[in-house]
Amino acid sequence: MSTSSLPMHKRLLSHSLFWPLVTLALILVVNASLNKGFWVLQWRDGHLYGSLIDILNRAAPLMLVALGMTLVIATRGIDISVGAVVAISASVAALMIGGTLVINDGVPTHVSRFPMPVAIGCALLVALFCGLWNGLLVAKIGLQPIIATLILMVAGRGIAQLATGGQIVTVYYAPYFYIGNGYLWGLPFALFIAAGTFLAVYLLVTRTALGLFIQAIGINPAAARLAGVREKLITVCVYAFCGLTAGIAGLIVSSNVKSADGNNAGNLMELDAILAVTLGGTLLSGGRFNLAGTMVGALIIQTLTSTIYSIGVPPEINLVVKAVVVFVVMLLQSADFRQAVRGWVFRPESNGGVA
Amino acid sequence: MKLSAKYLPLVATVSLFVAMATFGSVSYNGFFSAQVFLNLLIDNAFLVIVAVGMTFVILTGGIDLSVGSVVALSTMVLAELVEHQHWSLWLAMPLVLLMGTSLGAFMGWLIQRFRLQPFIVTLAGMFLARGLCYIISIDSISITDETYTALAQLRIHLWPDAALSLSAILAIVVLLVGIFVAQGTEFGRTVYAIGGGEQSAMLMGLPVARTTVLVYSLSGFCSALGGIVFTFYMLSGYGLHAVGLEMDAIAAVVIGGTLLSGGVGYVAGTLFGVLALGLIQTLIMFDGSLSSWWTRIVIGALLLVFCVLQRVFEVRKA
Repeated sequence: MSTSSLPMHKRLLSHSLFWPLVTLALILVVNASLNKGFWVLQWRDGHLYGSLIDILNRAAPLMLVALGMTLVIATRGIDISVGAVVAISASVAALMIGGTLVINDGVPTHVSRFPMPVAIGCALLVALFCGLWNGLLVAKIGLQPIIATLILMVAGRGIAQLATGGQIVTVYYAPYFYIGNGYLWGLPFALFIAAGTFLAVYLLVTRTALGLFIQAIGINPAAARLAGVREKLITVCVYAFCGLTAGIAGLIVSSNVKSADGNNAGNLMELDAILAVTLGGTLLSGGRFNLAGTMVGALIIQTLTSTIYSIGVPPEINLVVKAVVVFVVMLLQSADFRQAVRGWVFRPESNGGVA
Repeated sequence: MKLSAKYLPLVATVSLFVAMATFGSVSYNGFFSAQVFLNLLIDNAFLVIVAVGMTFVILTGGIDLSVGSVVALSTMVLAELVEHQHWSLWLAMPLVLLMGTSLGAFMGWLIQRFRLQPFIVTLAGMFLARGLCYIISIDSISITDETYTALAQLRIHLWPDAALSLSAILAIVVLLVGIFVAQGTEFGRTVYAIGGGEQSAMLMGLPVARTTVLVYSLSGFCSALGGIVFTFYMLSGYGLHAVGLEMDAIAAVVIGGTLLSGGVGYVAGTLFGVLALGLIQTLIMFDGSLSSWWTRIVIGALLLVFCVLQRVFEVRKA
């Protein structure tokens, strides 16, 4: 192997976002070659319209959930209850808004059961509480993160169905649809929520010591505690935040489909979120995390889904593609695998030339 | 009472089961009959088989999320081969078992050879197996083969008004073999040693690498066998069969007293874990006024209680 004399090229290759972005670009190119109008953006009905916008809009809930998941994974934890929290938050919001068509002086107007801000506030509060519960089980009781969140994952969907009485709750309240279907300055409103959350978290972990603390906990919780990091408090906060982002995602999902299904809302979302986080270059063993990578990871997954749809094969086959992607990514992340590959490609000369 | 410390989680699970059974028998008419309890075993035979495999994985400190999907894939492959390709049953079944075992071995090899996390490897295996189901067919394939339906409906009468199905007998055999393998073989002792500390097991000269691969192969085998039993139960192959079964299996193992950190637990406990889960469903069914989602909430609550109790024991020991 020749040592590169191009520092620029080396720096680019070793940048943490390089491989996620290359993956995304590859999928986009494949997409564009299959679908002629892929890059076309049109101005229609006062907003931008096109495949790319659609992908961005649909990726927003996953981005949010994956952001919360990134911080949890950075502390060496995992939260497999996010899908259930999405369902709970969606159910609470849909139930509290409900909505009926009332004719006032001949003008049909939609009326919600509770004022929309109250409903949204309650849904987010419940989601925050779910996250807090997970955090307390992990930090105070000392359960393993996967089992602590398994409890809510199992019970959560039951709770969501209990709330909705096992029915799909339909929402008839136009202002609520803005969250998942509305447009601001020509772009999907949900995208602004995701971007805003990303920016807030990014500033919080880069401009304050919080990011460093989270990394320290992920690398060695005991050492972090001895160094004076308030490990338990931060762990609880991280899980609570993850619950909150899942709650926001639940609002977007229920607003987008104008209903809440306690059984299917956010189904398998925890796995997609973990996948997005891994694709973005965050290590599952904790300690190193990459928020921007997570956003790219979420985009990769959504673009992949769109590609599968545009090829015209059954969307379920998406799972096989996802499986292959996970296998490749985790092998690339494994130091042992890279060493093994180096062993296969560059045989030591003492080995002799016999095959 | 020296024994009780070691067997305490097992005793807790068995007492829970007995308490729930007593409650059911007192509260509902017709609950206390041999067939109700045998039905627990018949209806949950696939879960017992899958959970026994999962117990071994968890005893090594690992986890296998792919079991539900492998069950679904097995039902799908079986149904496709028997119904559409008109294969003989006795050829299709071994093939399915081989497929499950190889998939497990492949995941175990990845985990062992490249030091990958079991969680993420088996997650990918879960996606893969579920996706392969849909490549075979999106729709459910029902099995109408005569030998097959005869096998599924086979009932072995233990005494008048009490019968066991073939799947329940398979489950009991798997359980007994599982108990023997865990307690009486070198492989079993190595599994416990890996769960107790992989480094120490390696330093003791135990075959850690081989055992890790074998444990995941065993879980794959159990899932495939669980899939075969599942087809006896459903008489169809479908990609949406056994969704979330992995969580039920993990819950059963945990309620059965096995520590998720590995090294501590009994295969026999897993049986009572599965039976406790089944009993919750039966109780809710007998009650009639409670909706089915209460099952999930109660299972969640039980999981919480058992995990917290385990944690209390751990802390006290330390």
